[in-house]
Amino acid sequence: MASARVPIWRDDRFWKVTLQILAVVAVVAIADFFLFNLRWSIARRGSGFGFDFLGSAASFDIGEHLIPFRSSDPYGRAFGVGILNSLKIMLVGLVLTTLLGIAAGVARFSQNWLLRKIVVVYVELFRNTPILLQMLFWYFAVFSNLPKIESRILVLDTVYLSNRGVVIPWISQGWGVVGLGVLAIAALLTWRWRTRRLVEAGDPGRAGLYILATFGVAAALILLFGLGWSLPVIGTNNQVTGGLSLSAEYCSALLALVFYTGAFVAEIVRGGILAVPKGQWEAAKALGFNNGLVMRLVVFPQALRVMVPPLTSEYLNLCKNSSLAVAIAYPEVYSVSSTIFNQTGRAVEMMLLIMATYLTIDLIIALVMNFINSMVQIKER
Amino acid sequence: MHKYKPLLLAILSVLAAVTVVACSATVPTNTATSPNVNPTGSPTAPAAGKSRLDTVISRGKLQCGVSGDLPGFSFVDKSGKYSGLDVDLCRAIAAGLFGDPEKVEYRNLTSKERFEVLKAGDVDLLSRNSTWTISRDTSLGLEFTATMFYDGQGMMVRRDSNITRLEDLAGKSVCVETGTTTELNLADQMRQRNIDYRPLVFENGDATYAAYAQGRCEGVTSDRSQLAGRRTALPNPDEHTILDVVMSKEPLAPVVVNNDSRWSDVVKWTVFTLINAEELGIDSKNLDEKLKSNDPVVRRFLGVEGTLGKDMGLPNDFAVQIVRRVGNYGEVYDRNVGSQSRLNLPRGINQLWNKGGLMYSPPFR
Repeated sequence: MASARVPIWRDDRFWKVTLQILAVVAVVAIADFFLFNLRWSIARRGSGFGFDFLGSAASFDIGEHLIPFRSSDPYGRAFGVGILNSLKIMLVGLVLTTLLGIAAGVARFSQNWLLRKIVVVYVELFRNTPILLQMLFWYFAVFSNLPKIESRILVLDTVYLSNRGVVIPWISQGWGVVGLGVLAIAALLTWRWRTRRLVEAGDPGRAGLYILATFGVAAALILLFGLGWSLPVIGTNNQVTGGLSLSAEYCSALLALVFYTGAFVAEIVRGGILAVPKGQWEAAKALGFNNGLVMRLVVFPQALRVMVPPLTSEYLNLCKNSSLAVAIAYPEVYSVSSTIFNQTGRAVEMMLLIMATYLTIDLIIALVMNFINSMVQIKER
Repeated sequence: MHKYKPLLLAILSVLAAVTVVACSATVPTNTATSPNVNPTGSPTAPAAGKSRLDTVISRGKLQCGVSGDLPGFSFVDKSGKYSGLDVDLCRAIAAGLFGDPEKVEYRNLTSKERFEVLKAGDVDLLSRNSTWTISRDTSLGLEFTATMFYDGQGMMVRRDSNITRLEDLAGKSVCVETGTTTELNLADQMRQRNIDYRPLVFENGDATYAAYAQGRCEGVTSDRSQLAGRRTALPNPDEHTILDVVMSKEPLAPVVVNNDSRWSDVVKWTVFTLINAEELGIDSKNLDEKLKSNDPVVRRFLGVEGTLGKDMGLPNDFAVQIVRRVGNYGEVYDRNVGSQSRLNLPRGINQLWNKGGLMYSPPFR
């Protein structure tokens, strides 16, 4: 039987090798075709490929910038200003979205009927309308309809609202923030030490409580006096000094992103909590935990395991959706880039730069989230 | 047998992919031998002898890129009908080519996408209030034909805002549409005067003027004609005023792609036909009378004598068709942006050269 010749097309090994080779040829050919097409189109349009233009003067202005920018600065710096503006909206957006999403998701399990229903309405309303529409709504229906700066609204004597945006009190001393950070780390360590004593030695933990209280008082003192709060003052010429000015464009884009993505996060949180077996609730309650403690100590940590992977993609969505802020004149990276490619005609180069920027930001977020994911997974010892 | 089915499918798909690549591989070989000749008949760069003009004539319809949301220049009304100065140029070209001004397909383009769409060959020409600048004419690979309208950048503010000069805008916001020379001129003027202001850059015109109408910005800047057009669409036009300052020269001209002089000649000489008709005193009403004229200049212009039209690749009576269907430059101006329109812009420098303006047509001979 062994001597019977197998025809080559019936031979598994032959097909395995041949198919691999064919696949490689196809991939290379297709990639080469597109690259060639790109090069050919560029040559045909009579503009060479290169990034030298980033060094020439931008000669346009950008409305808000975290680093100093004048119209005589180069395109490259303008692009950097755009990236920073994007990061400003992404980072703040991620934090606020997480807070809002978790709060809304957990509130779905509240004993309070009204709260539960409010969250249902919020989630369904914001999840099911396009984000661009929401952005335009915040901008044209909410912020643009606020009074002009001359007749601004003053909230709690500290926050100004006008159609130019929001001015809030802000920190002007750096060391206070450092102090708060140190206190927070110390408090965390104390908390863990106290928990260990509680569990392992059956210690009532009074000492730890006193130390924590001291930290709390110190933190409150720093918050009140150590940060050098600068209150906004609006002068006679309606010029704002002090405080932190957030433009109407920034606020609209941020609110739209946070409320939209927050609705999705709320659903992820709800799903994660539902995924924890009912027995866990019952067991915890049998041990005498109240509802809040069950959620915080037993259910939520287990829910995290299910929540983190889909949460990552919502975070990535938020970052990518931030480019929609171009519709309401917020100068984020896409907006600045589109001005640059209009002035220079360098569409391909600018598109590549924008893609590289979003790719880098999203990959970093994915990396961090994967790390967090590996931390919340069950550790088998 | 069905064990091999996925295998067969895989082979077939790979083969299909390779065939596609093999077919497209003709692109490199062709360009290697003759880099200037377009091998695939793609519409942008014409092969020798093949002009956009032939494409348009064989298609029987002109594809015209316009703005579509700018009253007086190109505007779509509720019934989908286009009107305006830019639109009338498209109609004039169609009248010259086919004797029918309605043989035009309009395409609304934003100021950002317009040049890319033109270069990709998706429209035959741009008649979309585009400013003629050296960099657009040279490095962008475009061909500007003849100026249809001499404009300048202005600034519109609220009448009650007490803003009378650019300096009064210090610390205030200015709305501006992206993708235009407007953004650069504004930055230059403000830098020159050392004024600290805040630009709000919008992606499209409607959002720009909506933000201005809502009071988000104190001023809005654009070409003066555009401001006048937009002002008529604001809730209370009388509450807004256009400052006297002129920030730039903005000659607005129709654009075609480079390296196709037969086609760019047709566009250019259609503009000149409009101007020349006015200069010769020919309009849509007295045209039949003028056709009987003994003046050799008029007879040549109207194609009664000579072969000016034929030589260009158009019907010999193209000027007659243009004037009959669309009118002369003065009629087009008055109807769309001048005294008979809501914009009511004075002729100013858009008057004929012999009446103190800049409108000048080279001779038809």
